[in-house]
Amino acid sequence: MIQKQVNQKAWFMVLPVFLLVAFSAIIPLMTVVNYAFQDTFGNNVFFWVGMDWFRDIIHSERFHDAFFRQISFSAIILAIEIPLGIAIALAMPKKGWGVPVCLITMALPLLIPWNVVGTIWQIFGRVDIGLLGYSLASMGFDYNYTQDPVAAWITIIIMDVWHWTSLVVLLSYAGLSSIPDAYYQAAKIDGASKIAVFRYIQLPKMQRVLLIAVLLRFMDSFMIYTEPFVITGGGPGNSTTFMSIDLVKMAIGQFDLGPAAAMSLLYFLVILLLSYVFYTVMSNIGEESSNGGA
Amino acid sequence: MANITLKDIAHSYTGASDNPDDYALKKLNLTWRDGGAYALLGPSGCGKTTLLNIISGLLVPTKGDVRFNDENVTKLPTEQRNIAQIFQFPVIYDTMTVFENLAFPLKNRGRTKEEIEPRVIELAKMLDLDKNLHTKAQHLTADAKQKISLGRGLIRQSVNAILFDEPLTVIDPQLKWELRSQLKYLHKQFGFTMIYVTHDQTEALTFADEVIVMYEGAIVQVGTPEDLFERPEHTFVGYFIGSPGMNIASCALKGDRIVVEGAEIELDYTYPDQKSTDKVKVGIRPEHLNLTGPDTPGGFPVTITKIDDIGRYKIVRVTLNNKDFNVVMHELSANAGDKASLHFDTSHTHIYVNDHLISGAAK
Repeated sequence: MIQKQVNQKAWFMVLPVFLLVAFSAIIPLMTVVNYAFQDTFGNNVFFWVGMDWFRDIIHSERFHDAFFRQISFSAIILAIEIPLGIAIALAMPKKGWGVPVCLITMALPLLIPWNVVGTIWQIFGRVDIGLLGYSLASMGFDYNYTQDPVAAWITIIIMDVWHWTSLVVLLSYAGLSSIPDAYYQAAKIDGASKIAVFRYIQLPKMQRVLLIAVLLRFMDSFMIYTEPFVITGGGPGNSTTFMSIDLVKMAIGQFDLGPAAAMSLLYFLVILLLSYVFYTVMSNIGEESSNGGA
Repeated sequence: MANITLKDIAHSYTGASDNPDDYALKKLNLTWRDGGAYALLGPSGCGKTTLLNIISGLLVPTKGDVRFNDENVTKLPTEQRNIAQIFQFPVIYDTMTVFENLAFPLKNRGRTKEEIEPRVIELAKMLDLDKNLHTKAQHLTADAKQKISLGRGLIRQSVNAILFDEPLTVIDPQLKWELRSQLKYLHKQFGFTMIYVTHDQTEALTFADEVIVMYEGAIVQVGTPEDLFERPEHTFVGYFIGSPGMNIASCALKGDRIVVEGAEIELDYTYPDQKSTDKVKVGIRPEHLNLTGPDTPGGFPVTITKIDDIGRYKIVRVTLNNKDFNVVMHELSANAGDKASLHFDTSHTHIYVNDHLISGAAK
């Protein structure tokens, strides 16, 4: 038997990472947890309130509305961006000079910072000077995102589609490129239709990258802040006040640190839970009938 | 069911061109008889797969026509040609069960459930897949996946031909042998035209009635396994078929005599004189050379440099002047370093001019 050498010095190697993670994640998170269970009347004196803030938040209509807006926004975003991204990836050329042209064009929106995207669309959609807003208004459409909630929603959704569909396209394209030619050749031999090729070859082979695409787009859209903040600031009224905007209003605008902390923890748990659900469901697609039959 | 004719076929992946080097497949004419079992043999990159893809319609040849009986199908898409093709690596539809995979080619062609089911079950039994019929195909081993691929190729009973593109590469040797005999059996039973691509000569020679040997985009010989062994029409065939391959040496030819490395041999036939620029070579199989003790009359003095004993026989490497020859000997008492005499069996000595076999006239 060889005696395994135990070297306690290894702990020192982990220490820098541990410190880094502690200062960047664990301590700030615990501060939020701390606030969520306490209240103060100033002078840095805190007292324990238990689950009160959570109870308040869960029962508040304001939270329900923001949550509903957020879920609707993410659902619409996913419903548009995933199919559109797949469709564009399928239509992209497989070889030749068109490949780099398409890939670079697709990557461009992803390189633009969020607040710049917001500013671009804020100006683009303005009725007085924006190309889009002015054109629509002069064509007789009643479009004004500062006054009409529907127009505001449409503007933000189109902006997000413009900004992020590329990500789905690039991921899907990578998935498609990894399918060996033999699969398409075999499908031709087997007389498969285009739809069958998509359903039985391309979609199953893209499953993994699509899982990543759905998770990334869900998390990002669920946490969206900068763009709607720049374009509408949450308005008109509260119509585009998504959860993150509401959270910032509560924490920094009203300085209600306790409820804001409770809300951010709930927010975090919801994202975690929904991401887990997406992951589990999507990794099991195509598996469910494997145990049946025989 | 049809005779498949390739007429003046040539293919270049870079488009039509006048430079013959651009062609992956040089101009060729070939007819595959209905019901024949053929093997396409050649090293990797010689154009075997290109030729196969032209027959199945996955590639449209740059030049020439493909005909099924008298119908020109050059431009006809794959799915209308009624051809089955099996690829080197298993292609399965991951989300389908084994049954659905096998039924897929029939389903796409609008067959009814009553037609499909018995056929799938029969074939699954033949391929020993019947125990897993309702398992997802992606959960099976590589062997089983390739059997599914084979099954999808064999499921249609009225195909014009079944093309196999090195289908047994991923299958382990024991099963390889079994599947190959199964394919031969299916061939006898149903009489499909089968074209089997391989770079493994044993596979080609055991499977096919007729072997087509390809080299650098051209067909160098079409013949039975015996033809390929006894009368290779190209030095490449001599070298590629047989283990070890044919001994090929440069020589000087004069009528019915050649001089190889200073040894003068009288041949059975007389050959016409060749131009001085032509390269003349002599080819003889190791099986047709013989060694005797040193200084035997009629033999040429050689030195034994190496002896490989591979069980049933020994492969003896000898040096005549500066040229190495392989000799297959069943019995040998000499050792490496010994002197010996080398004898040529002139009835199996072939003369090649610029790598192509030439025939001589009887003396």
